[in-house]
Amino acid sequence: MKRITMPLVASVVAGVVLAFPAFAAELKIGLQDDPDVLDPAQSRTFVGRIVYTAMCDKLVDVSPDLKLVPQLATEWTWSDDGKQLTMKLREGVKFHDGTDFNADAVVATIERNLTLPESRRKSELASVEKIEATGPLEVKFTLKSADATLVAQLSDRAGMIVSPTAAKELGADFGSKPVCAGPFKFVERVQNDKIVLEKFADYWDKDNIFLDKVTYLPIPDSTVRLANLQSGDLDFVERLAPSDAGTAKADANLTYADVVNLGYMSMYINVGNGPRADNPLGKDKRLRQAFSLAIDREAIAKVAFEGTAVAGNQPFPPSSPWFNKSLPVLGRDVEKAKALMKEAGVDRLPVELGASNSPIVMQVMQMIQAMVSEAGFDVSLKTTEFATLLDEQTAGNYQAARTDWSGRVDPDGNIHQFVTCKGGINDTKYCNPEVDKLLDEARQSTDEAVRKQKYDAATAILNDELPIIYFGHQSWIWAFKKSVTGFVPSPDGMIRLVGVKNAG
Amino acid sequence: MYAFIAKRLLVAVPTLLIISIFVFSLQKLLPGDPILAMAGEERDPQVLEYLREKYRLNDPVAYQYVAWLGSALQGDLGISLRTNQPVLHLIAQKLPPTIQLAVMSMVFAILVGVPMGILAATRKNTVFDYVASIVALSGLSIPNFWLGIMLILLVSVQLGWLPASGYESIFVDPVKSIKTMLMPSFVLGTGLAATLMRHTRSAMIGVLTSDYIRTARAKGLPERAVVLEHSFRNALLPIITLGALLFGELLAGAVLTEQIFTIPGFGKLIVDAVFNRDYAVVQGVVLCTAVGFILMNLIADILYVLLNPRMRAAL
Repeated sequence: MKRITMPLVASVVAGVVLAFPAFAAELKIGLQDDPDVLDPAQSRTFVGRIVYTAMCDKLVDVSPDLKLVPQLATEWTWSDDGKQLTMKLREGVKFHDGTDFNADAVVATIERNLTLPESRRKSELASVEKIEATGPLEVKFTLKSADATLVAQLSDRAGMIVSPTAAKELGADFGSKPVCAGPFKFVERVQNDKIVLEKFADYWDKDNIFLDKVTYLPIPDSTVRLANLQSGDLDFVERLAPSDAGTAKADANLTYADVVNLGYMSMYINVGNGPRADNPLGKDKRLRQAFSLAIDREAIAKVAFEGTAVAGNQPFPPSSPWFNKSLPVLGRDVEKAKALMKEAGVDRLPVELGASNSPIVMQVMQMIQAMVSEAGFDVSLKTTEFATLLDEQTAGNYQAARTDWSGRVDPDGNIHQFVTCKGGINDTKYCNPEVDKLLDEARQSTDEAVRKQKYDAATAILNDELPIIYFGHQSWIWAFKKSVTGFVPSPDGMIRLVGVKNAG
Repeated sequence: MYAFIAKRLLVAVPTLLIISIFVFSLQKLLPGDPILAMAGEERDPQVLEYLREKYRLNDPVAYQYVAWLGSALQGDLGISLRTNQPVLHLIAQKLPPTIQLAVMSMVFAILVGVPMGILAATRKNTVFDYVASIVALSGLSIPNFWLGIMLILLVSVQLGWLPASGYESIFVDPVKSIKTMLMPSFVLGTGLAATLMRHTRSAMIGVLTSDYIRTARAKGLPERAVVLEHSFRNALLPIITLGALLFGELLAGAVLTEQIFTIPGFGKLIVDAVFNRDYAVVQGVVLCTAVGFILMNLIADILYVLLNPRMRAAL
């Protein structure tokens, strides 16, 4: 209560005395984990993006049907060669500290993302040669080479414009008191405990903001998160475990929502990352095909994820417009898998499969272990915690490893960096010049039909060579009180608070 | 007495030094690269290199340790790799919930465990003794995370009596603070109460069968005086040792209990720090815990002296 300032106290008192007391609408949101540093240039966690959605507006937003829509930029145009992007900016926008939003602020933020030594946005903005203000409310990006994915990058942290005043003052310490231009401003944070935001009175779209205060509480255990919602301590929870979905649906006081996410679940096969790739599975694609054929993807989605996940075989879910329809998700075929094994001259093949040690991951891995054993794979599971797994994958110290990806709006973000020869997160070290060419071309074209054709060609090759075996797509699962209205589930998993009301 | 305390505090210095060296080296043996963990999806080699330099991860381990020790002696425990917050600030934030949980659990454990142990000892091999033993064994065997979730579902969701989880500072809202902490300290306290009960019982049985107790009874003292004044005071010594050790452990954070009830204390801090290879935070928390442990031991020793006149003579 120390935080309540005199004007606020005064206005509350005045409200009580003068009129019917206005009921302050608050929303308490239970998060699965605690965000890392709250600086859009430095942060790296998915959960951090959820908080930014309320605090930091971006140049571009993503609609629930995954279209890129205006936010701080009102319109944008590409030059004919695809190397220049001009954006018109919204008028009358202010940052939380009162600084005006304009072209200079955008230039300062993008340059900060490109030059701050601690910035984690450099890869995302790698194609940007320079940015300049071409008017008080217009900026122009000049690119090193055509990059159609840039607009999508600007719909995430790379496009969150921060107050130049605060950024200058705090530098790399910006996360201690972030100042953006979103509907809610930062009040306080206690690590592992809470993040408190309050309504920003000068928000450009303030008429659609119906909450006065938002509190995010990290509660790692899904069952406890749900119990807090049921007992009334929370109004809203995100990322419920599939095992809790049934309870949430059955509770008459709650609204349940889920949507298949943008990411995928997969297994990496080490095909070229150091000496550990020198094994039959890494060298012979027929064995990888056999492994993939032996997996019953539907069963995993139905059993381990209680029907909330969908089976998949590509970096994009079957519901995505980028899904290659000529490669449907096939059912399990043990006979064909055995035939492929025989063709490769292998009777039984030992495989070491790394996985992180969470219960649901283990459950899935044990299912896969049992399924592929029928085709002739003797899988030994090697479980470590996540940081170790990540380290071993990067270093190539693995034969096969389970990895998930949270997904990106632009298809490029789900595929390019994982399978191109020099891709930043290519831990299988798969390298095929033809795939590189297709994915580079897809990145450079602003014509969706051309891009789709390139992705289809690339996924066809990948589906044959299988450096990454995709097996499904999870859902984001939310639950909230019946008093909460106006929430629109989005495949990107974000909690957008524009239009959300809490009557309770 | 003061000389005794001073001597003990002096011995604590090398102990802390050894602990810090030990923890520092153990961390370096862990697989996993903190920079990769904190870089996330950004793999720009320049960024990774800059971060390695900034956090001195390129220096030899011995040099890193000396650098850490140097700043630690000046009161700077470094900054968290994960959140960029100073470690000292994090510790100051997490210490109050941990202490509150530890104190409340311990109070519960003592109020339940010690009387139960005394009663079980005086009624040895009766129905009460057996029931108490079964209850104690159950308290020890039921896993905290299970008991915690069951309690949340019953007390918070079904009955709506207490908040399901979270933390409120006792200085801000004492009533709410105690209410939120009731379930966690009960969960944590049951195991401790069981341990205390078993030890109190065996210590009491030992004392109750000694000669001077028979004498006390023979000269006609009431049973109440025999048990509480003559026996219990002598049985207290091992109980205090145990209690101090248990309390020291509580200060290190009760990981599972904190996780279930989402209490922002030491346990959660250190688990997160280990998973993220947040070296400075692990180092700082372990150091702080070690200090707590040493202090608890010292307090136990002082209580010994106060309770046992023979030890006063030995000083």
